[in-house]
Amino acid sequence: MQELTLKVQRYLPGKDKKSYIQEFTIPLRQGMTVLDGLIYIKENMDNTLSFRSSCRMGICGSCGMLINNFPMLACHTPVEELGTDRIEVRSLPNFPIIRDLVADLDSLFEKHKSIKPYVVSSDTEEAEEPTAEFLQSGQELEGYVQFAYCVKCGLCMAACPTVATDALFLGPQPLGQAYRYCTDRRDAGVEERFHQADSRHGVWLCHLAGACSEACPKGVDPALAIQLLKRAMIFDSLRLRKKKKPASIAQPLAESRPKIAVPEFTVK
Amino acid sequence: MEVKATGSQSRHLPNRLGIKGWAWAGRYTIERYLYTLHRLTGLGLLLYITLHLAMNGFRLGGVESWEDLMSVFGMSGFKVGEYLVAVAFIFHALNGGRLMLQHLGYTLGKPKPPVYPYVDSMRRRRPIVWVMLALIVALAIYVLVAFVI
Repeated sequence: MQELTLKVQRYLPGKDKKSYIQEFTIPLRQGMTVLDGLIYIKENMDNTLSFRSSCRMGICGSCGMLINNFPMLACHTPVEELGTDRIEVRSLPNFPIIRDLVADLDSLFEKHKSIKPYVVSSDTEEAEEPTAEFLQSGQELEGYVQFAYCVKCGLCMAACPTVATDALFLGPQPLGQAYRYCTDRRDAGVEERFHQADSRHGVWLCHLAGACSEACPKGVDPALAIQLLKRAMIFDSLRLRKKKKPASIAQPLAESRPKIAVPEFTVK
Repeated sequence: MEVKATGSQSRHLPNRLGIKGWAWAGRYTIERYLYTLHRLTGLGLLLYITLHLAMNGFRLGGVESWEDLMSVFGMSGFKVGEYLVAVAFIFHALNGGRLMLQHLGYTLGKPKPPVYPYVDSMRRRRPIVWVMLALIVALAIYVLVAFVI
């Protein structure tokens, strides 16, 4: 039977002063992911191993880890794809380690919240007592839908060399999401987000290493969103940015036709 | 913006890469290394300009001290150094031009709905990087042939 060696970063708060690497050798199954390997260790070898996971299908973004020196989702990384039978798994860099492979993502969520990651409506009455949907075209949707796939896994923040040195830098995830909402025609919070992004630790610190887009497991491309945000902000300061027309509200549905009567059964 | 360590968070192990995060780039592709090289060449050019200005101060010491200094700079080791400065300048200028365009969102294309396998804007526009690198190599060879050899 083929074997797989998993070198796992361990850290127990209150006991360890620094982290260390522990090796586990486990049987390798066909189609096995790195997360499967970690679950095997937890179930059969060391139940104290701590890691975060949930959906096991690349949707929840819980199992972000540094796998062979690259930030990846453990559930989305088949062992075969790595082309080696020795894999090193570490906690995501640029985030403090809570225990073993569990990173503290609080700073990501705080920064994310700071850019108002929701549609800010100018029509407060309609927002509070909605009567119908806000309209948008397919073309408008295409302008931001790519950025709306973010699962907040933190891989882009772990990959970013600027986040590595500046703890206050907003980072690729929040800035990418700032652009996502700024391009949404239903949104009226552009000025507030521009103000937040135009800070000393904001959008201008991105020097386009492209690592965030490369690491993103959902194809969100935060590097593109950040550069487009810069352009929008520069055009805005030069008063060249086209103002979005507020999205109109969908017309009430036309009167429904009476239902066609169910035909009589032909066979009784 | 930063979440301060309080209570149980104070027991968390810091894991920020720091300056190592600039140099250490893991398994990333070319743009990530160009980012590092751009900083290195920038720092190199800054050092060169500082030294250049300091050396020019020798003019104040008269013709003799100036000519003594120039005779040292005529040595082959310094010629190699000057060539490296020229190559660093070529790289920094051309890569800087690319970055200025891309920082404004130009040459990166438009957002596209993500369809697996995902290709990000940097990889879609990789030919721009290859053309830029080819230009840098061609100019470096030209400088070598025209001014050094």
